[in-house]
Amino acid sequence: MSFSSLSDFLAMGGYGLYVWGSLGMCGAAIVAELALIHARRRALLREADDARADGSAREHAA
Amino acid sequence: MQAVEFNWFRYAAPQRFYPLAGSLAAWAGSAALLLAAAGLYIGFVLAPTDAQQGEAYRIIFVHVPAAWMSMVVYLAMAFWAGVGLVFNSRLSSMMACALAPTGALMTFLALWTGALWGKPTWGAWWVWDARLTSELVLLFLYIGFMSLHASIDDLRRADRAAGLLALVGVVNVPIIYFSVKWWNTLHQGASVSLSKAPSMATPMLLGMLVMALAFWAYCIMAALMRLRVILIERERHTAWARQALEAA
Repeated sequence: MSFSSLSDFLAMGGYGLYVWGSLGMCGAAIVAELALIHARRRALLREADDARADGSAREHAA
Repeated sequence: MQAVEFNWFRYAAPQRFYPLAGSLAAWAGSAALLLAAAGLYIGFVLAPTDAQQGEAYRIIFVHVPAAWMSMVVYLAMAFWAGVGLVFNSRLSSMMACALAPTGALMTFLALWTGALWGKPTWGAWWVWDARLTSELVLLFLYIGFMSLHASIDDLRRADRAAGLLALVGVVNVPIIYFSVKWWNTLHQGASVSLSKAPSMATPMLLGMLVMALAFWAYCIMAALMRLRVILIERERHTAWARQALEAA
């Protein structure tokens, strides 16, 4: 183990900004990608719901 | 005796591939989580400090996997685009479309983590070196593929045009890979290759390889999840897609 304390670990021997900036961006990018895929899926579901509601409303009116 | 035959073309039908892609994505996602946990533990707890670069070298555990995947995903995207062009198969072209954003993301991460690694070790966020420049060209190829596809309304024509662009762009992948040999680059040569023993300490190498597998599994999961959305988007007027939407 190369780190003796948590603050040591976070400091990364003075390279904390670079190391955590790299890992943080990877994490953020992954979260963003999954959120975008999820949103695209939600939009499809909503559209299908609207289409169904439309269909039943038209049946009701007829 | 009757031979047991597995019909691969069975899964080329979107309605059969949709549920399969769902379970494959779930498996790939679990694998990615486990591998990332193991890889980060090896990389940040077990691996020793580098004698030359201190702790800055730990960026390698995300930089190299992202850079590898940026190329692997491109090859996979071009492969499926090519299959789509030759066999005119809908699913293959959708696969190419599903891979493009994930590949672009990996390319962006390779460039971003590379900049954060370059600053403390080279003294510059960016240099116009052959490795960095060809990787930037890769990002533009991904963006070009997605914009070209989005700009054509007729999906079959969009698949063909973007597929052609993906195939032409394949020439850039060996240029990235061999750039550190062909040109005198600031970027270091390969630390791992098939022809010689790796020039790294074992826990460093192991951490990097486990993280590479984690990124690989993540890319499979993300591409399959996006493929499922694309499948429904494109097939929403068919009975199976409507059923799948109602079940969701």
